[in-house]
Amino acid sequence: MRKTALNCVYDLAKQDERIVFIGSDLGPGVLGAMKSEIPERFFMEGISEQHVIGMSAGLAMEGFIPYVNTIATFLTRRCYEQIALDLCLQDLPVRLIASGGGVVYAPLGPTHLAVEDIAIMRALPNMTVVAPCDADEMSRLMAQTLDWPHPIYIRLGKGGDAIVSREEHGFEIGKAILLQEPGAGLFVTTGVMTQLALQAVDLLKEEGLTCGVLHIHTVKPLDHVALSHWLPKVKGVVTVEEHTRIGGLGSAILEFCNDQMPGQAAKIARIGIPDHFAEQYGSQNSLLAHWGITVETLCNVMRKQLQNA
Amino acid sequence: MDQRSKQLRKLIVRGLEGGGRGHIGSSMSLVEIMRVLFDSYLRFRPSDATWPDRDRLILSKGHGCLALYAILADKGFFDPEELDSFCKFNARLGGHPELGKVPGVEASTGALGHGLPMAVGMALAAKIKKQSHRIVVIMGDGEINEGTVWEAAMSASKHQLTNLIAMVDYNKLQSYGATKEVLDLEPLADKWRAFGFEVVEVDGHDMSALENLVARLPLNAQKPTAVICHTIKGKGIPFAEGKAEWHHKSGLSSDDISALYECLL
Ligand SMILES: Cc1ncc(C[n+]2csc(CCOP(=O)(O)OP(=O)(O)O)c2C)c(N)n1
Repeated sequence: MRKTALNCVYDLAKQDERIVFIGSDLGPGVLGAMKSEIPERFFMEGISEQHVIGMSAGLAMEGFIPYVNTIATFLTRRCYEQIALDLCLQDLPVRLIASGGGVVYAPLGPTHLAVEDIAIMRALPNMTVVAPCDADEMSRLMAQTLDWPHPIYIRLGKGGDAIVSREEHGFEIGKAILLQEPGAGLFVTTGVMTQLALQAVDLLKEEGLTCGVLHIHTVKPLDHVALSHWLPKVKGVVTVEEHTRIGGLGSAILEFCNDQMPGQAAKIARIGIPDHFAEQYGSQNSLLAHWGITVETLCNVMRKQLQNA
Repeated sequence: MDQRSKQLRKLIVRGLEGGGRGHIGSSMSLVEIMRVLFDSYLRFRPSDATWPDRDRLILSKGHGCLALYAILADKGFFDPEELDSFCKFNARLGGHPELGKVPGVEASTGALGHGLPMAVGMALAAKIKKQSHRIVVIMGDGEINEGTVWEAAMSASKHQLTNLIAMVDYNKLQSYGATKEVLDLEPLADKWRAFGFEVVEVDGHDMSALENLVARLPLNAQKPTAVICHTIKGKGIPFAEGKAEWHHKSGLSSDDISALYECLL
């Protein structure tokens, strides 16, 4: 996903002189072709994330469209005020490409996990928050980032994630994609949790429970139209995200319900990361399993939602 | 390189083998710095890791933690066998060091640029409480790109923290490549001097130079001390020395591990 995203930046930069790339201190050779072909619009600034955000704001104020890439948690936690004021308050078209969203960097411990990034980015006015589910969807998203007039936070998964998005669904920022028609139940997911939900749908189908998957690649702005349409049609809803249960996709949907269709909230259960720092290392999958973010749990929670309905 | 330096590097390789990954170059450049601190400078009690009068060492470049784990194991804070669990699910020894998990680790680091501010707080606390222990913080050269380092440096000078020793592992490389190209730090000694530190430069792999230096600390009765250690990233592993590609490796095979051990015979 990261490779795809960065290659898209290079492709866009070839076509459009407003595009600049800024990395902090990435791996050796990153975007080497862009650096040698368009050195005047390729920057590796050093381990100075806060400065990088301010610098991207300055470039954007003068008409450039900066694409900034570094590790998700350093981009969000560390630069929060710069993002809030330099980018969001001034509403500038800067794109933040956040590597390792969620617990991709599990072996590196809690300093390297981005588990509240969606919550804190979503809380900022003017910010757009997108978490594509696979590399194909990433390239469809990147094509649309060019003319979006606001800052965008783009959350990347591990890479090598199974391709489940489909060309025919297209891609529009802010428009959810129904990957699987619901029967009684609906999983509402973002990022690579969409893959997990699709697996759960297959398992549940074997027991005669038909469930759908609504893939919310854009957590903000949230697709109210899709939610208003689908939530009342199903008996149970399970939201799934690789993110703390506080403030992410599940919370966004509950907020929407509370504001616009309070009767729907009761059918919603949220799956996400519990409210404490990771205490183990291992791998992304072992951490997710430890927290019960597995196909089995998705099935169990959905069964329970449907029983209660 | 003498046997003790090789032995400590072998412990690092043991951790790399256990985790199948790790920051190789970043850890190898720290070995002699850790060695001189733990052999000849810091006061500590391995069986009583939180002894109140101990000196505090913060590894601010937390990604170099295998070098810290190696010396802590060597000193008996935990069994060297524990290095086999590096980065594993239930391990105490993670890819970055965490306070409260690993005996001898004084602060959770991993996000760069946090060590010096915490060290300033600790040094100030010791001063207020009239305690005589010392605070040592080790930073990477890339790490000191971060503004927080320089904010803390001004504060250390303001508070005349003579009990604070700030060390820079100046291996001339950061993640992307040469510090000179990514963000040149020079003139580095002058920078620390301008920020109010007494500065000394040393070959960070020369044990006798390091021994002489720590015997003279602190260098100034009014100022905090900065020690710029000239080092080689990947030191001791000829094929990794000075190579940005060896900053971090994952998916290390048993052949890779054997090749690393072979360098340390
Ligand atoms: C705030 C922050 N930004 C980025 C990183 C990712 N990162 C880990 S190590 C590293 C390079 C560190 O270079 P240096 O301080 O010179 O240490 P070396 O490994 O060269 O000894 C980077 C960018 C991080 N850990 N923390």
